[in-house]
Amino acid sequence: MSSPTTSRRPGELTARELLRFGWRQLTSMRTALILLLLLALAAIPGSIIPQEGVDALAAGNWKEQHPDLTPIYERLGLFDVYGSVWFAAVYILLMVSLVGCIVPRVGVYWRGLRAQPPAVPSRLARMPDAAAYSTDEAPDAVVARAEALLRSQRYRLREAVGRAEGSAEGSAEVSAEKGYLREAGNLLFHLSVLVVLVGFAMGSLLGYKGGVIVVVGEEWGFTNTPSQYDDLVPGSLFAADEMDDFLLKIRDFDVEWLESGPRQGMAQGFVSHIDYCVDCADDADPGFTSYDLKVNHPLTIGDTDIFLIGHGYAPVVTVRDGEGEVTYSGPTVFLPLDQSFFSFGVVKAPYAQPEGIGLQGWFYPTFLNVDGNPITVMGDARNPLLSFNVYRGDLNVAAGPQSVYELDTSKAEQLTREDGQPLRLDLTPGETAELPDGLGSVTFEGVERWNKIQISQTPGKLVALAGVVLALLGLLGSLFVRPRRVWVRARREGESTLVEVAALDRSGGGDTAAVVATLVSDLQQQEKK
Amino acid sequence: MTDASWETLSNQAVAAAGVVYFLALISHLVEWSAFAGRLAPGQRVEALVGSRVGDSTAADLVPTEQETSADEARERRAAMFGRLGLLLTGLAAAFHLVGLVARGMAADPNRVPWGNMYEFTLAGTFVVAVAYLALYRRFSLGWMAPLAVGFVVVCLMVAVIWLYEPVAPLTEALNSYWLVIHVVSAILATGAFTLGGIASAVYLVKARRPDATTGWLGRVPSLASLDRIAYRIHAFAFPVWTFAVLITGPIWAHQAWSSYWSWDPKEVWAFITWVIYAGYLHARATAGWKGRNAAILALVGMATLWFNFIGINYFSETSQHSYAAPAVAVVDAQQGM
Ligand code: HEM
Repeated sequence: MSSPTTSRRPGELTARELLRFGWRQLTSMRTALILLLLLALAAIPGSIIPQEGVDALAAGNWKEQHPDLTPIYERLGLFDVYGSVWFAAVYILLMVSLVGCIVPRVGVYWRGLRAQPPAVPSRLARMPDAAAYSTDEAPDAVVARAEALLRSQRYRLREAVGRAEGSAEGSAEVSAEKGYLREAGNLLFHLSVLVVLVGFAMGSLLGYKGGVIVVVGEEWGFTNTPSQYDDLVPGSLFAADEMDDFLLKIRDFDVEWLESGPRQGMAQGFVSHIDYCVDCADDADPGFTSYDLKVNHPLTIGDTDIFLIGHGYAPVVTVRDGEGEVTYSGPTVFLPLDQSFFSFGVVKAPYAQPEGIGLQGWFYPTFLNVDGNPITVMGDARNPLLSFNVYRGDLNVAAGPQSVYELDTSKAEQLTREDGQPLRLDLTPGETAELPDGLGSVTFEGVERWNKIQISQTPGKLVALAGVVLALLGLLGSLFVRPRRVWVRARREGESTLVEVAALDRSGGGDTAAVVATLVSDLQQQEKK
Repeated sequence: MTDASWETLSNQAVAAAGVVYFLALISHLVEWSAFAGRLAPGQRVEALVGSRVGDSTAADLVPTEQETSADEARERRAAMFGRLGLLLTGLAAAFHLVGLVARGMAADPNRVPWGNMYEFTLAGTFVVAVAYLALYRRFSLGWMAPLAVGFVVVCLMVAVIWLYEPVAPLTEALNSYWLVIHVVSAILATGAFTLGGIASAVYLVKARRPDATTGWLGRVPSLASLDRIAYRIHAFAFPVWTFAVLITGPIWAHQAWSSYWSWDPKEVWAFITWVIYAGYLHARATAGWKGRNAAILALVGMATLWFNFIGINYFSETSQHSYAAPAVAVVDAQQGM
């Protein structure tokens, strides 16, 4: 690490000095620390303000509710904090600081590895942890034993100590060091942080993530091309031709319902039995492979991961218009509003004659009427009921793209009963309701299911994983290896030999007093034998 | 035994643990009240730093001349209550363990007892208690007793009063062996960080009167050893936290939600916690940040940790980590017809 020593002389700084000064500042430990805290601070807004990339729906709602703040927040990038310029600025500065700090230390470490442990300091008694004892043994003999002891404890010894280095006659000493792996671990940890960042960047730049709702049944399916996705979030460098070519169908779907207990009526386990084929776009009769897709059991095809993340009901509805023509027919995806799968959906028949028909509906999987209130008692479709409000007129489809889960009623008129209350059609499977004024009829044919499938490509995920694993290994070395130096000096003092032992732990976490005490007692014990 | 009786056993064991922890707390408070405002002889303070408080060797030190027999009696009483407190804490932890195990046995199918906030708090406080007991001798943690036990009592109360939920099976996304690994490590780190945070808090209190020889502060280890104890505990917790939130968390998220890191609020706060603790470790090696500022960072880290664990669930509706949420898709409004 470089300390921020300023080379400022009285008078001006040259541009070169200024640059060097700036670089030293940037790569100083203090700057790293402040940048780390800044990174933590910068991450906070993204957990408070709904993020477009995390929950687009919530972000959209938030914007609707805060029309004044929205433009300001948008300019500040607060709906996409983790992709914003200022967030990037913090972590890029941190990474630059890290490289500037760590890379030079790799060189220093490399040289240190090949260097000798440093010479014995002249005044051992001054060391924070030191001890001494007297003996009759000759200095050389004491030190020879100390060397053997230290070597057996995997210390590295300084060579050619003693007289050769000019110490006085009748004196011997040894300098030993161990714990080199600490610094290695520290360097590995910091460099691995860069590896993680590279892996993460690969994923967000080159990958994509998308979702699609697929209705269960052989006649429906999904082909992996961009247009088939309901929502697709590509990385900025994503190329669509990187997408794996496959087709999948959901043959069957099983849900296990909880029949008792506090979560009674909720889905417990669910499995999607899917058939898929790879590179089969042009095959007339492709060979399918089966797979049981479950939560926590994704399917991997090529570089693509496929996940089951949700499910729901798609009531099959047929709308006939006033002229008896079928103007709408098929499974209609309803979105669950709560855990009982009470769901909401809409049916649009804008081109019905003589007037457009719009239906806004609620689906009760297991309908029960409790004191006049319709409720659903569980998520399984045991007594399905579909309840519609009806609109007539212009559904405003000419105005541009609309959500298929919302009905634009701004230009339409809601049908009412004679008492002025909104008209409601309550249908059980197989039932048909005639609309008033010869508008047509609505039939509830039956219930299908849908699965929400999430599909993604995340290149670099193994790079990122390798990075964190290496970082963890490095961290363990960095935190638990105790670097220490131990010195022993023995010299003749009158009739006896004075043996001094001292140790130093540069990490500041170790217990060097114990090291010294053990070494002294080992030396004395051996002597007694 | 039926599931219902396991559940009853669990609730009773947790209640018993709470009561016994409370008694342990009282015992430690009595222990400390014996010293309130009293002058502890200098050399005795030294001795207490090195050996554990309440240890008979500490209490039986050769008294100095000016020491009266009243002081001696006080010492002995304190030592007795200290030992009693420790014993009660051990007993309470045993009840606590029974409560946890029974909770897991009460579910059908049997499962790990950390599927919701209540259970997570139960498990987290258990780790705090066990870590405290395990390190008691090694780090001479006697001075920490009222704080550690008090913390456990308060958290257990919060869990029982506000967070309690009847036993229920795990939701689908939680049903994975990664849950076991991820949550075990997260709980372990949370417990250890909490103990380290307590040590750092005491450091800050002690830093105001580093030479105090009276009362409780006089018995607390020196600033240097407080700093070292806090560091050692944090140095254990940090890699465990790294493993929990940056390795097993993403692996599990990748399996369950298709994206190993999606900046979900819970993930964001786990990351913030991680970065702050990295800052703490840096601060200890940075001139001008050692000691006081490092200890403050450790407390900030602990605050983010517990905020993430409890606060974010109430604060954010978008978190996928809300334990009770169903595995129902949040389907984005789809464009186009
Ligand atoms: C992404 C940014 C960084 C992260 C997450 C990070 C994290 C860490 C962690 C967790 C430690 C503790 C390991 C230990 O105590 O040995 C550490 C130590 C260290 N870091 Fe960093 N660091 C970052 C950037 C930097 C930078 C930019 C520098 C250079 C100025 C730096 C210099 C050091 C040094 C010298 C130590 C050793 C401290 C000691 O001896 O205890 N780090 N870092």
